Amino acid sequence: MGRYVIRRLLQMIPVFIGTTFIIFAMVHALGDPVAAFFGDKAPDPAAAAQIRQQLGLDNPLIVQYGNYMKGIFSGNLGTAFNGQPVTDLLKIAYPTTLKLALVAFTFEVIIGIGLGVLSGMRRGRLADTGVMMMTLIVISIPTFVIGYVLQYLFGVKWGLADATVPPGAPFQSLLLPGIVLASVSLAYVARLTRTTIAENSKADYVRTAVAKGLPRRRVVTHHLLRNSLIPVITFLGTDLGALMGGALVTERIFNIHGVGYYLYQGIVHQDTSTVVGFVTVLVIVFLLANLLVDLLYAVLDPRIRYA
Amino acid sequence: MGIHATEVTAEAGRGRTADSEDAPLLQVKNLQVEFRTRDGVAKAVNGVNYSVRAGETLAILGESGSGKSVSSQAVMGILDSPPGFVTGGEIVFKGQDLLKLSNEKRRKIRGTQMAMIFQDALSSLNPVHTVGTQLGEMFRVHRGTSKSEAKKKAVELMERVGIPAAKERVNQYPHQFSGGMRQRIMIAMALALEPDLIIADEPTTALDVTVQAQVMELLADLQAEYNMGLILITHDLGVVADVADKIAVMYAGRIVETAPVHELYKRPAHPYTRGLLDSIPRLDQKGQELYAIKGLPPNLLRIPSGCAFNPRCPMAQEICRTEVPPLHAVTEADGAPLEGRGSACHFWKETIHG
Ligand SMILES: Nc1ncnc2c1ncn2[C@@H]1O[C@H](COP(=O)(O)OP(=O)(O)OP(=O)(O)O)[C@@H](O)[C@H]1O
Ligand code: SF4
Ligand SMILES: [Mg+2]
Repeated sequence: MGRYVIRRLLQMIPVFIGTTFIIFAMVHALGDPVAAFFGDKAPDPAAAAQIRQQLGLDNPLIVQYGNYMKGIFSGNLGTAFNGQPVTDLLKIAYPTTLKLALVAFTFEVIIGIGLGVLSGMRRGRLADTGVMMMTLIVISIPTFVIGYVLQYLFGVKWGLADATVPPGAPFQSLLLPGIVLASVSLAYVARLTRTTIAENSKADYVRTAVAKGLPRRRVVTHHLLRNSLIPVITFLGTDLGALMGGALVTERIFNIHGVGYYLYQGIVHQDTSTVVGFVTVLVIVFLLANLLVDLLYAVLDPRIRYA
Repeated sequence: MGIHATEVTAEAGRGRTADSEDAPLLQVKNLQVEFRTRDGVAKAVNGVNYSVRAGETLAILGESGSGKSVSSQAVMGILDSPPGFVTGGEIVFKGQDLLKLSNEKRRKIRGTQMAMIFQDALSSLNPVHTVGTQLGEMFRVHRGTSKSEAKKKAVELMERVGIPAAKERVNQYPHQFSGGMRQRIMIAMALALEPDLIIADEPTTALDVTVQAQVMELLADLQAEYNMGLILITHDLGVVADVADKIAVMYAGRIVETAPVHELYKRPAHPYTRGLLDSIPRLDQKGQELYAIKGLPPNLLRIPSGCAFNPRCPMAQEICRTEVPPLHAVTEADGAPLEGRGSACHFWKETIHG
């Protein structure tokens, strides 16, 4: 197992280098950051050239990338569009987004699995049909529509929740954004859970558990659920990374100053340091979440062994 | 229908018989099961009668789809419902009709008083729990045993069914065992609380031939030791001969012939049974083409009228297409009774004596 983890960590290095380089090149292709710096006014060519030289922007792309990577390993991710070090922005943004992602994740686990079990155990009945229809609706409506509608209803019309999240992002203000962020994944979790429950409830080992005279509760929790949740947990694990990256839309709706907000600002300002810095951390989170899922998989299913 | 077989009794019992001499351990009377599916109602079991005494082995024989598994699942109370429903009959176990009991009462009987062994031990054991956990679960749930005590019991059970190094292997998972060892674990699990009745649904079909014999022997030994009733479901006539006391042959959800095991082999009283026997490869007929019953098992959505076997039967007459044959008591040609024999054929006399 230890060996496997080390191998996986080593494999991350080329993936990491590759993704960061692609991001780096893409942001460059977006346009001239110095021009963006001056806004609508046309920059004075001499001044622009000087800034370019200062920032090393006149070097070939690959050299710039090399310099950037050097910076990363000494903990310097460059300066953001607003003059703050990118590391400072990361320190503000990531905890906020993580908090939001965890709230969303909790909804996903509790409501998603709950609904999935409910409908999987009552296939073809009213509860099942209801859940299937609801989840289909949630999946087919774009997140920002759900977001604005819920914001209007709960935040503005009924005043049951904060319409926007105040600075510092206190926990209860994140409940509404959390449900919006979770909505689509939650629907997928519910459907996936339903499918695996329905499949496994016909499995021979479930029949054995019934034949052993176990109470229905125990058959469901110890035998049916324990097996059915393996693919669901795998999905949830990969989704944790996706939630952090996908918070962009939700953060804009509820004015949350998290990863999505700064990433958006970085793109608007064509600021390589900010964009690459934020995306790099996202990539790392994603890779680690994936590794965690694979390890968890081996814990949940004894038939899987890593060497 | 209400046709009851002449009570089929065991040949002089192996060991002690249950408390009251003439009450069988299990008596299934006119059992009917149907599956309500999208395509229609499949009548899987249509009035099955049989009985098993303590220490006795009843083999249920029949082609695939004849209702062997479904009838025994109905006895265990583990029918897949919906779509399966018991629509009639009685299942009298130790003097009470199980079909009249509450679900909770039936659950408490399962595992403690009657247990089941399934065909495919790999899929029938839970892949994510150790065999120790799954064996110990019987004691934990039904007896409230502590975790450590349950594990000790699990090791004892594994030793009892001949699994070497049980102490170490108790912590392993089903996929780490060979097929034969896994089936031994299934047997151990069924045996755990020393039930009065074990139903084994094709316990050796998934195993290698050499292992088959060992597992069958183990099962027979344990049955004799604990004086349990055993229902052995199989479509392998060879397996049955050594271990069973009596045989019930099923066709299209009905028992078409019952007989003590050796008599059935010597003198079948039903054309279907004869067909089954003739399709066993025999050494003295080497080289000859193997006999096979022509045609296919009936569609349970549309069972033929009269005798269900009539489209495939070489002896079928007009009456076979219109009248359902009751289970006749089979006698010698001179009318002397043959204990425990019955045949659901209009022409049983011609079949056995002709
Ligand atoms: N879950 C189910 N849903 C619908 N029909 C079923 C179901 N289970 C069994 N049946 C029907 O009941 C019939 C009898 O099945 P059963 O499993 O008892 O056969 P069997 O005699 O055990 O055959 P085999 O030797 O293949 O195990 C089958 O032909 C099938 O049509
Ligand atoms: S009743 Fe008729 S069809 Fe049925 S087994 Fe006897 S002879 Fe054949
Ligand atoms: Mg079967």
